[in-house]
Amino acid sequence: MTTPIIPLAEAVGRFVKDGQTIAMEGFTHLIPFAAGHEVIRQRRKDLTLVRMTPDIIYDQLIGMGCAAGLVFSWGGNPGVGSIHRFRDAIENGWPRPLAIQEHSHADMAGRYQAGASGLPFSVLRGYVGSDLPKHNPNIRTIACPFTGERLAATPALNPDVAIIHAQRADREGNVLIEGIVGIQKEAVLAARAAIATVEEIVDDLAAPMNACLLPHWVLSAVCPVPNGAHPSYAHGYYGRDNAFCKAWDGISREREGFTEWMEKHVLGTKDHAQFLRSAGIAVPERAGAAHA
Amino acid sequence: MPDDAGLQYSATEIMTIEAARRLKNGMVCFVGIGMPSAAANLARLTHAPEVVLIYESGTIGAKPDVLPLSIGDGELAEHADTVVSIPEIFRYWLQGGRVDVGFLGAAQVDRFGNINTTVIGNDYAHPKVRLPGAGGAPEIASNAKETWIVIKQTKRSFVPKLDFLTSVGHLTGGDSRAKSGARGKGPTAVITDLGVMAPDPVTRELTLVALHPGITVERVREATGWELKVADELGRTAAPDAKELATLRDLQARTARAHGSLANE
Repeated sequence: MTTPIIPLAEAVGRFVKDGQTIAMEGFTHLIPFAAGHEVIRQRRKDLTLVRMTPDIIYDQLIGMGCAAGLVFSWGGNPGVGSIHRFRDAIENGWPRPLAIQEHSHADMAGRYQAGASGLPFSVLRGYVGSDLPKHNPNIRTIACPFTGERLAATPALNPDVAIIHAQRADREGNVLIEGIVGIQKEAVLAARAAIATVEEIVDDLAAPMNACLLPHWVLSAVCPVPNGAHPSYAHGYYGRDNAFCKAWDGISREREGFTEWMEKHVLGTKDHAQFLRSAGIAVPERAGAAHA
Repeated sequence: MPDDAGLQYSATEIMTIEAARRLKNGMVCFVGIGMPSAAANLARLTHAPEVVLIYESGTIGAKPDVLPLSIGDGELAEHADTVVSIPEIFRYWLQGGRVDVGFLGAAQVDRFGNINTTVIGNDYAHPKVRLPGAGGAPEIASNAKETWIVIKQTKRSFVPKLDFLTSVGHLTGGDSRAKSGARGKGPTAVITDLGVMAPDPVTRELTLVALHPGITVERVREATGWELKVADELGRTAAPDAKELATLRDLQARTARAHGSLANE
């Protein structure tokens, strides 16, 4: 058995449904932007979005009304500032109210780990003195059965679908992640279904023995999408598009300008390659890129 | 502001330099993005070449040639001793008690060094301003052996009461932090563009212990939202020397060239 290598639109159509809990992960690296755009293009709605670090792609999903809820630990446009659609949804309920469930990074990581491990909850030495547990009923306290020490406990995260981006896959659908690996392995293993978009499909991954590799049999679909992480980066392929990240601040500041941009470049295009052309984006090459 | 040798420097530069000076060679430092990252790397490039910089993206022993824009820039992974997963960085390395100092920024800080990075306005459900949120800070603040906070000092950032307590400092003062279950000493220094504050040994209230060159007690009080305590023996921060300034400016210039105009904003 191998994992189907299929177009992104087909994978999203088959696995992502309205009302589901969806985690698109990537810790400032390998963020699955193309997949997020496809979810918007297919007009999915009432999603509960999960992400440690919601940034531009979640800003877009929220601003386009795809999300009913957000589970997260840090929301912003790294190096630039606020994400305006996320703020508008929380501060003013536009385009619809967003039910937030807020954690810390250590806790989100633990919740995914518990989900990946088949455990009901995660335990951590966290939130001491913090107001966060007052506003998130999922953050509770537990006594260590051995020492009696009070620790924080939160339920396992098991998204319906995890979506990640990686450098490459082989023809069986084994996926290799290099550089900052983030939380993607845990998100995939915690989820009921998982889609990986990749820069390219190769004959041989030539993965080092201890590489971060997802075997094809834990993935539901693998989709080749070159530049699929733009404007974030893919280590070894291309750099972060800082100019776009900065431009996003202006594009997203007002509701009308945002909506117009999204309609033209995301809803008005059929795939990621067309999107990049439409939005006039030249993906920045990276010095020493192995596969430019 | 000119010092005795006639060097010109900005308020941000003296803040970054004074924060960097505290980092001792060989210390293990969990670094927040922005000003803490600038200070930690300045220390590495000057007096503390063997400082171990950990970023929450999983990079241990990071040695970036230019300052990262995000906490997960490829630059951090490129030269790191090792890159680990997010669960590992928070479990083995932070909660495992391996971090000497957590270097944090904040939107608001109170008189006990508690931090807010969550919301402005006192209604969490309907905030005046929604801030990015906690990130790694709550567990850095409660698991590092000590923490330092770098923040520009104004009445808006130094508030009598936080709109939201995101990450713990000395809680309500006295022994309240120790009783809370938090580990480590908590904030031992708050370094601003005006001076340095440290907790009183008994009450744990932040006390002005040093002024930057050219700054008066009056000026610091005006930038503090509560009646700021001042140490009996008030120190004076040394003005930046030529090497500190040149190294910081080279770093900022390299960063600006690498990132375009973003780095200057």
